[in-house]
Amino acid sequence: MSEIIVEKLRHVYSAGTPFEVAAIEDIDLVIPQGQLAAVIGHTGSGKSTFIQHLNALLSPSSGKVICGGKDINESKLSRKEVKSQVGLVFQYPEYQLFEETVYKDIAFGPRNMKLPEEEIDQRVREAAGFTGVDEELLDKSPLELSGGQKRRVAIAGVIAMRPGVLILDEPTAGLDPAGCRQILENICSYREKTGATVIIVSHNMDDVARIAERIIVFSHGRIVMDGTAKEVFSRAEELVEIGLDVPHATELALALKKQGLPMPEGIYTHEQLLQAVLELKGVAAC
Amino acid sequence: MLKDITLGQFFPGDTIAHRLDPRTKLLLVTLYIVALFQAKGWVGYGIITVVTLTCMRISHISLKNIFKGLKPMIFIISLTALLNIFYTQGTPIIPGWIITWEGIARAIQMVLRIVLLITGTFLLTYTTSPIALTDGLEILLGPLKKLKLPIHEMTIMMSMALRFIPTLIEETDKIMSAQKARGADFETGSLIDRAKALLPVLVPLFVSAFRRADELAVAMESRCYHGGEGRTRMKQLVMAGRDYIALLLGILLLAVMIYLKKLGI
Repeated sequence: MSEIIVEKLRHVYSAGTPFEVAAIEDIDLVIPQGQLAAVIGHTGSGKSTFIQHLNALLSPSSGKVICGGKDINESKLSRKEVKSQVGLVFQYPEYQLFEETVYKDIAFGPRNMKLPEEEIDQRVREAAGFTGVDEELLDKSPLELSGGQKRRVAIAGVIAMRPGVLILDEPTAGLDPAGCRQILENICSYREKTGATVIIVSHNMDDVARIAERIIVFSHGRIVMDGTAKEVFSRAEELVEIGLDVPHATELALALKKQGLPMPEGIYTHEQLLQAVLELKGVAAC
Repeated sequence: MLKDITLGQFFPGDTIAHRLDPRTKLLLVTLYIVALFQAKGWVGYGIITVVTLTCMRISHISLKNIFKGLKPMIFIISLTALLNIFYTQGTPIIPGWIITWEGIARAIQMVLRIVLLITGTFLLTYTTSPIALTDGLEILLGPLKKLKLPIHEMTIMMSMALRFIPTLIEETDKIMSAQKARGADFETGSLIDRAKALLPVLVPLFVSAFRRADELAVAMESRCYHGGEGRTRMKQLVMAGRDYIALLLGILLLAVMIYLKKLGI
């Protein structure tokens, strides 16, 4: 239903002026329904520009974005419709809360979709449930909440539109470890329950390694790697070269390898690292 | 869309106009404006137009940039032109008509006056960074401190306001995108609908502006900012030979214009 196909996408900022710069170029990508993909890349690599194309906030200079079989830039109406199919949560979304109560703020999206009042109510409560926003918070002002709560309310505001594709730009930036974990859990449970496609932009490689089925690496406006966590993180040196991090486990495995220990390729979680080290110990004991 | 605002924009460059002391440029603009208002006849307007075009040439500012800045003023400029055309007594172009030759001449002169006035001030802001400008202003207005006027506070507020215009524009863009992603519609509907649609942008914008102001105040205080008393500058302003020459030329221009006014041409 909501498979995303990106063809030859290219976007140029300030076209026709001396400041002209191509933010993304030659992007070809298929993201199947239900996948959990992570987009990583250094600052200015074009990943934010890219995700804003997926719900027609930016229109391509050339190329196409196809969602659910339709070109989303086909008409004004399709550009509008895609916004409820592809939900986009920006970086620091808590800064865009504006209503008097949390309830009203979450209801902003569904209300813009012109849904009947009961449906709105149902969706607000459902979205609040998904993101762990308590019933009693719904009548409070968003300004009274803590940072983590605000973030969850803002994400609920997008989830309430029941998007088939949920895109989050750095959803855990600036949160404490507990808050990070909780938000990622909320997102995963939304995906499990609705079968939605989820695309996460993140700098936290440990999170990415843990949850993503697929990792897409951007550098200088192009896709330079695309594959499973194992495939991408076995090219650790290249990642470091383009200014990115690798998960702690990978870093440690590489360091051990440098010391002359025979570590296998493609370690990216703590469990795998533990396994490899245990095996080593077994070898040594023999 | 919002990024097109040219208000107070500075084009970095390395022309003599950029190197002049900001105080010189402020004084020159003042002299220029007084001189401009002395113009009565075509000779006067001709001279001042030539002077303006020369200054533009020297500071590498193109006509295109000036026109971009003039765009918001089009309404006032055309209103001035129309009023002058229709309400000036004299000889009608065709007997019985309300439009007179004098009216047309006056309209052209008035439009020229407004355009030149704006161009002159643009030349200042295009070639002077906001910080240099407020520094210059503070020194020039310095004597007023004796009258207990808060000159330092006023200039620092001005430079902060200028500093935050691009930040706030960027922020507005971001909030608008975020609300658009939730289905907000800023482009269609009646005037009232559109005004209402701005609420989801304005509320977060105000909240963040206050937050920023608060953070800035804390940052300044933690660096021991305590007002203008005894404050020194990283870049000391020094008047060079070119500044005195430029000022002399400015005074000369004013003298010529006053003389021409006496002659009535």
